[in-house]
Parts: sequence; C-alpha cells; structure tokens
Amino acid sequence: MRTYLDFEKPIADLEARLEETRQLAKTSNINVSEAVEVLEQSINRLRQEIFQNLTRWQRVQLSRHPDRPYTLDYISLMCDEFIELHGDRTVRDDPAMVGGFGKIGDQTVMIIGQQKGRNTKQRQHRNFGMPNPEGYRKALRLMKMAEKFGKPIITLIDTPGAFPGLEAEERGQGEAIARNLKEMFMLTVPVICIVIGEGASGGALGIAIGDRVLMLENTWYSVISPENCSTILWRSWNFKEQAAEAMKVTAKDMTSFKLVDGIVDEPLGGAHNDHQAMAQHLKTVILDALTELNALSPDERINQRIDKFCSMGVVVE
Amino acid sequence: MSWFVRKDKGIQTPTELKREAPDGLWYQCPNCKKAMQTREHKLNAYTCIHCNYHEKVGSEAYFSILFDDNEFVELDAAMTSGDPLKFVDTKAYPDRIRATMAKTGLRDAVRTAYGPVNGEMVTMAVMDFAFIGGSMGSVVGEKIARAVDHAIQNRTPFLMVSRSGGARMMEAGFSLMQMAKTSAKLALLSNEKLPYVSLLTDPTTGGVTASYAMLGDFNIAEPEALIGFAGPRVIRETIGKDLPKGFQSAEFVLEHGFLDFIVDRKDLKARLSTLFAMLK
Repeated sequence: MRTYLDFEKPIADLEARLEETRQLAKTSNINVSEAVEVLEQSINRLRQEIFQNLTRWQRVQLSRHPDRPYTLDYISLMCDEFIELHGDRTVRDDPAMVGGFGKIGDQTVMIIGQQKGRNTKQRQHRNFGMPNPEGYRKALRLMKMAEKFGKPIITLIDTPGAFPGLEAEERGQGEAIARNLKEMFMLTVPVICIVIGEGASGGALGIAIGDRVLMLENTWYSVISPENCSTILWRSWNFKEQAAEAMKVTAKDMTSFKLVDGIVDEPLGGAHNDHQAMAQHLKTVILDALTELNALSPDERINQRIDKFCSMGVVVE
Repeated sequence: MSWFVRKDKGIQTPTELKREAPDGLWYQCPNCKKAMQTREHKLNAYTCIHCNYHEKVGSEAYFSILFDDNEFVELDAAMTSGDPLKFVDTKAYPDRIRATMAKTGLRDAVRTAYGPVNGEMVTMAVMDFAFIGGSMGSVVGEKIARAVDHAIQNRTPFLMVSRSGGARMMEAGFSLMQMAKTSAKLALLSNEKLPYVSLLTDPTTGGVTASYAMLGDFNIAEPEALIGFAGPRVIRETIGKDLPKGFQSAEFVLEHGFLDFIVDRKDLKARLSTLFAMLK
C-alpha cells in the first residue's frame, strides 16, 4: 500500500482511477487503451506541476516520506557485493548506524549511514534513525579501517538527530560527534557525504565532513528541525512551515549558500516514486565524484576539505 | 488604613536615588542567598565566599582572572554578525543582534585575546552567555578559528572557555557548519602539538559540546556545571521520566570519563600554569 502526502493526494486520486480503468479492461471487453493513455499523461502533468512548485516544508515532508529509500536500500541497489560490519568495539552495535565494505562498479568503498525502519518493529530496532554515541564511534572505526586499506568512504545521511537519551548522555554523545568532526578532516582517503533524507544538526554532521557533500533534491539539512525551531523561537509547534522558510533548509538553499557542494536530482515525483532510478543515478554521481577525487593527492584533499569548511560563515568586520 | 500618611502628593523620586548604599556595593549569592561585598566576591574569582557557588561570569571576568594584571590584546574585537538568511521569527535577526549589543555592551557571544598568564603567553576564547544564550553563530565560529590560527602562528597554548546553549538557530545551516570549522582548526592545532585546554562552564550544551568543547587535550570543568549534548528538558520529554539528581553535572560527566578534572575557579590560573609548564 503506497503512502501519499497531503499534497500528493490529487495524484493518488488519478492513480486510483487509472487502476479502476485497468480493472475494467480485465473484466470486460471495452477498449480502454486510449483512456489509460490520457490518464497516464495527466498524472505525469500533474506530478510535474506539483513537484515544480514545492514549498520548503513540503520538501521536508518528502524527506521523511515513509516509502523513501533508506541507507540499506541504496546499498542493495547500488552495490554488487556488500559485507556489513558491526559494533564499536567498546559498548555494543548500534542498529541506527550501519556500515560495511561494498562494491560500486569496480570500486570497493566503505559505505556508512544512519538507518531508519520501515515498520513499527523496525523503527524501534533502528531507533528511528537516531544513533547513540556507539553509532558514531562505530562509524569512525569503519572510516579508520577504510583509510587503512586505502578505500574511499561514502556516508549516507538520514537522521532526525542524534538520540537525546539518558544513556546517550552517559556515554558521551557530544564527545562522540565532536571526535568524528575532527577525525574526518584528517582522513587520507576520499570522503563523499550524501544527505538522502533528513539532515538534522550535529547528528547528521557527525558523519558529514567530506570532500563532496551533496544533498538529494527533496531533503533538508540544518541546525535544528523546523518543528523544534518553531517550538523554541515561536513557542509553538504550529510555525514549522515558517521555520522551514526562515531557516532555508533545502538542497537548493544550502547549495546557494555554498554550505553543501551540490544537488542530486531525484526522479519525477521524488525518490520514493522510483527507488531503482534514484539509486542508479546516485551510483553514477558517486562514481563521477570518485574519479575526480582520486586524481588528487591525500594532502590536496585534506587541505581542500579544511579550507572549504573554514570558509563557511558570514561576518561583518 | 496605612500607618503613615503621605502629606505631599505626587512625589516622584527615581528609584536609584532612593537607595541608601551606592549601586553594586553588595552581592547576593543566587544560590545560598547570603550577602557579601562585591569587591570581596570579585577577589574570590566571582565565587561565593559562603557556598562556593560559581557565578556565571563572562569574558571580562575570565580575562581579569587569568591574564597578568588584566593585560591582554583582544583579537577581532570589532567583528559582528551578518544576516545571511534574512532571518525573521518573532523579530528580525539584525534587530535582535542590535538590541542584544545595546543591552550587553558585547559584539557577540565570544571574545578572543592573547596575553601573559603567569608570564606565559596564552591565546584564549571566552564565551559570553549574556549574548543570546552564548549561542554559536558565524562570529563565534570565525573568532575561535582565528584565535586557533593565532595560537598556531605564535606557538602558544589555547584555552577555550565555553558557556553556551548551543548553535544559533537564526543562522541555521551557517551555525551548524561552525561546528565543522572549529573542529578543523583544532585538528590543525593538534597536529602542531600545541596544548588545547577546554574549560566547560555552566551551562555547556548542544552543538558546542558536540564540537570544540569536547575536543580538548584536557577537558576540564567548573564545579556543578551543567554539561550535555541534549538539554535536560529534551531528555525528560524523550524518556518520559524525571532525571536522576546530579545528571549532566560536571561531577557526573567526570565520573563517566569525559573530563580530566574539575577545577575551582580560584585555582584555575595556577592549575593552567602548572599544566602548561609540565608540557614544555
């Protein structure tokens, strides 16, 4: 059963009619091919119309679409082989952060990302994609291992934030993220970071220091979620649309401010509409970026990585 | 029926003229409520002489406590916030900045400086909580980054005094990237083998904890300071239970292995000097 967001409803209605028409053709001898074609065209037109004029809040909604591909979906669609690796070697394995060696084309890469769940049970298991400190430490362990074996690192970012729990504090959530930021700057191998869904604050940044930081078209990335921003600045949950507008959280915004390096287009109707096409496109983008980055020396990559992040910020002197 | 009857109508003595003692002669501890002389309090490094409560002081106080004869050179003193997002919530961001500058006399939430500490040059950055909750925006990130550059160029130790609620929402994505920027600079400082001491004071939370505050070679804190990634309210809402007593206090964080030691503010200068001397 597909899920439709409120602004996708007109598409849902037409798709329901299309389905009815097709059923009709099966049960009777009426020729419906013309009607089907007309309907398909109008669905396409409608989709284009709706997706050309998305508000920032609608993109936030799309980034959380329950049918959207998650990290492990991309891994299975992009990699011919994948060996998942577990554990931070200190406390436990964090199911909200997954990673392992995979093959994309001819290239062995370390892929790491936050993982959300598809149903209630999975969501609980994955803690809604909110890692604990051991998730960030596992990510760092895997990055260091990739560095040791000279393999590039791909991180896929999709989190509503680092988990704000009791044990997370006891085990040093802040320290875990901070250490990743510092260590990722000095990684000698190429690092490509892609926001595939939600990029909430430090929980996202903790695996998002890279030579290329890209955002899928319908994702958001900022210092706080629009809802939480609304709660703090407007003292009410109801100003999330305004908060999304004010914070300018979309891929287009972040690219225009040079806070990320680029946008990865999604298929018409969003990534959830065609997992296969999305993953194939992302694979091409990753391989192209790797070709560029492999041409640089480790020192060049590290210096450029540092310079890029150090140039971010607007001050008046 | 009142005991005293005011004969003249319309007496309008301004409040400040009514006081018997000159303004600011006495300080009342917000913790134990006992009074002491302001001068006495200041000489005690702004800690209570009765209960040792550490008053939440800012850059001016730390500079005067740490630098010899309060002698220092401030870096980037004129730097102020831009408004890259044209951010408006209940108030436009530039208006908020202007109002805060007028109220506090500060330019932003951090001041950076270098000067002698017991004769030894130290570069430091000290946060001011009074400026929008010590929130970290582009100015905080940039000033810290440049102070670290200064420490590297002049081969001095670097001291960071954090007191902040976290990142500044009104600079959204720009604020977030200050976490990355400061961490990058601290990685360079680390490569230079220059000591970095991070002092966490009450409160240090959010993006500040998740970047430079936790990256010290030495992470130290003032007694009873609140230190955490998520704020207590958020955690309470997440777990749906009251938090244990002392949760996220400096003592708690020390016990869990994320601090090297807790230092009384009165001993701070001496401890720093001893430490830096040992590393020479």
